[in-house]
Amino acid sequence: MQTKNRCAGSTTTAFILAFFLVVFTLVTVYLFVSKTWWFPETITPIGHEIDVQTQRTLWLTGIVFVLSQLGLAWVVWRYRNRGERARYSHGNNTLEVLWTLATALAFIGLGVLAQFTWAKIHLAEPEPDAVVIEVLGEQFAWNFRYPGPDGKFGRTRTELINSGAGNPFGIDRSDPAAADDIVVPILNVPVNRPIELRLRAKDVIHSFFVRELRLKQDAVPGLEIPLRFVAERTGDFELVCTELCGMGHQRMRAPFSVKTAAEYEQWLRDELALLQSNP
Amino acid sequence: MSTPSHVAAHVHAPPQGFLRKYIFSTDHKVIGIQYYLLALVAVFVGLVLSLLMRWKLAWPNDPVPWFGDGPMLPEQYLALVTMHGTIMVFFVLTTAPQSGFGNYFLPIQIGAADMAFPVINMLSFWTTFVSFLVMVAAFFVAGGAPISGWTGYAPLSAVGEIAGPGQGLGQTLWIVSIAIFCAASLMGALNFIATTIDLRARGLSLMRMPLTVWAWFITAILALLAFGVLLAAGLLLLLDRIAGTSFFVPGGLVFTDKPVPHQGGSPLLWQHLFWFFGHPEVYIAILPSMGMASHLLSTFSRKPIFGYRAMVYAMGAIGFLGFCVWGHHMFASGMSPYSAMAFSVLTMSIGVPSAIKTFNWIGTLWGGQIRFTTAMLFAIGFVSLFVTGGLSGLFLAQPPVDQPLHDTYFVVAHFHLIMGVAAIFGIFGATYYWFPKMFGRFLNEGLGKLHFWITFAGVYLIFVPMHLMGFFGQPRRYAEGTAVQFLSAMEGPQQFVTIAALVTGLAQLIFLFNFLWSLKWGRKAEAINPWRSTSLEWTIPSPPPHDNFGGRQPVVHHGPYEYSVPGEPEDFIPQDAPPRPAPATGD
Repeated sequence: MQTKNRCAGSTTTAFILAFFLVVFTLVTVYLFVSKTWWFPETITPIGHEIDVQTQRTLWLTGIVFVLSQLGLAWVVWRYRNRGERARYSHGNNTLEVLWTLATALAFIGLGVLAQFTWAKIHLAEPEPDAVVIEVLGEQFAWNFRYPGPDGKFGRTRTELINSGAGNPFGIDRSDPAAADDIVVPILNVPVNRPIELRLRAKDVIHSFFVRELRLKQDAVPGLEIPLRFVAERTGDFELVCTELCGMGHQRMRAPFSVKTAAEYEQWLRDELALLQSNP
Repeated sequence: MSTPSHVAAHVHAPPQGFLRKYIFSTDHKVIGIQYYLLALVAVFVGLVLSLLMRWKLAWPNDPVPWFGDGPMLPEQYLALVTMHGTIMVFFVLTTAPQSGFGNYFLPIQIGAADMAFPVINMLSFWTTFVSFLVMVAAFFVAGGAPISGWTGYAPLSAVGEIAGPGQGLGQTLWIVSIAIFCAASLMGALNFIATTIDLRARGLSLMRMPLTVWAWFITAILALLAFGVLLAAGLLLLLDRIAGTSFFVPGGLVFTDKPVPHQGGSPLLWQHLFWFFGHPEVYIAILPSMGMASHLLSTFSRKPIFGYRAMVYAMGAIGFLGFCVWGHHMFASGMSPYSAMAFSVLTMSIGVPSAIKTFNWIGTLWGGQIRFTTAMLFAIGFVSLFVTGGLSGLFLAQPPVDQPLHDTYFVVAHFHLIMGVAAIFGIFGATYYWFPKMFGRFLNEGLGKLHFWITFAGVYLIFVPMHLMGFFGQPRRYAEGTAVQFLSAMEGPQQFVTIAALVTGLAQLIFLFNFLWSLKWGRKAEAINPWRSTSLEWTIPSPPPHDNFGGRQPVVHHGPYEYSVPGEPEDFIPQDAPPRPAPATGD
């Protein structure tokens, strides 16, 4: 009978398939445990929390991954065709209930846990003494506006927008509050102070992403979206765009620096002097 | 047992003439093959596009085949991104498993002579075909194909060529094509639903339907509810572009210092409408493969499905929850953080029915006598891929964890494994299994196994590294990593993935050759039921006659997966075999 013919081949195939699954599982686990390629160390408290939740998720999915793949390898090997009759069974309701409850508890529990971190990022009360910076995405550059010594952003008008002439925000310099508004293509923030970015977009959707902050937030035309963080460590990093915005998407980047308070204040003074000498 | 006096009204004389028989045919089997062949053409177009992209990513400054002497331009790369995604999602993953196999085998597996509405069926295929032509035409118009991705986010997609090359006529054709596709899918969905409800053979209760039929049925319901929304969204987007409306474009937008005359629209509205379709679409792609993989796992392990009812309920739950989770694509969009919480927990809960299915597949194999046919290898591969691709979803379902990973290669790896590769493995498995029924000849098993091994190893070599590249922060939809400093570290991994993709891509030619060669020279399928399967298609000749059952109306007496029943002479009981005197059940 054809059953017998197939028995011989099935041992080899079963072995190769089971072996493949085992090797694949081990290699994958190794790559994730050794973190072959991974985010650089975070520079914010919230980044640490995100990393902790990511680590929890890695554990849970890692366990399910290993058990499922090795379980599959095991049944493939153990239950290869040996020319016998298969076990006749339609299932087991106790098992169904058990694994439904177990996965529900694990997955939904993990999901609920994540919401606490999320709430800290997006639902926390704004800090009254935060450094407020406007971020404007355009094809294909980032612009940043600092309110200057008066702490107020001046008036802007759409018809004044002219990126070529250095006014991507459309700042109306006739407004006294606008006179000291600083517009730069680099994002500098002071260390250990609450920062509030206000994300806007001039043309299409862009997305603000700094790996060390673990933050990603779209800048949407017509909306102003706040993004708050505190950087604990100084250093130079990169801000990139992570929402497809057109042909120059992959070159839409900006330097992002966390500076000491003194360096930051000095930089602001230099920029202001530059603005006033060249109005 | 035949009852010639009750021949269904749908039985009609076989058509004469080439045109009515093979081109404008109303025979669900011909239409199924037409859909399958359309998907076959589309999948190779999509595959070539992806390999060109991979080439550019690995060697950004070198010339790319067919793209002239210089390096590929970023806008050309983005056009490839857009068209690859669109063609694969719509014309392959929606077309082959549901419209292709579903059309061919749903009526037969329920014992019907044809679909409920054969003319609408024909119309639905030809509408899809027109949609494909319009989509491909976007490559050849001024400005070229659109560059806004398969998600077509507004305002990039809504304001015309001011937003970039390809955003003119190319983008318009893209939207028109999608709208036509929606109309076709709605017709198909109605037909599938009506057929399943009305045309089942006597004795074929819902809980005796093969899991393939359940999968096609649930998928059709999803398609009916999802494609209508995409159609509406597409029309609104079209109006924004050609009629000056502002559904998705807010006021005050300025492109390279030129204001656009729109006001009052919302870019987030497009995202909500798109993903209200787009998330169920993931299940439209994967559910039929779940059904087909289940069918193969049971057949080739010679065991009944473990937890048949649980499998049906899990598919229903996935279908229902699939409509409640679209917002998880929008955690970074600026949507209310409170909505994100609801979408997140609902998304995590969709992991539960998915896990149930996985455990039941392994349970089905447990205690079996596994036959490692090529079809079975692909079905087992499907389970492995479904697990790997599904688990990464648990990261993306949690907003804080998603935040750094969103729009990186981690997402690319996740959805390619689960909705791309896993679904394709279901299609491959089904192809090796049903080819003898459809064409009267077998696919070559040796070539099939070679194809399986290279593809299975290949897809993991491509997509496992991509997860880690996502964890490194590699953004997706970047034509090159040359402008961003930290991406210089990704050069090696990009080249590795490209080489793996080129090898895996080339291996698909083995399948293509096997398919075409076997049509003419494959081993003849002499036996009606070579795999010793239980479902009704294996009770009729290969290929089946025009009205499937030759005027006979099958009567179903058995569940769909009665394998290895104790005391039976054979290790399977066809669904229409005469009833047995109260067999011992092992539930």
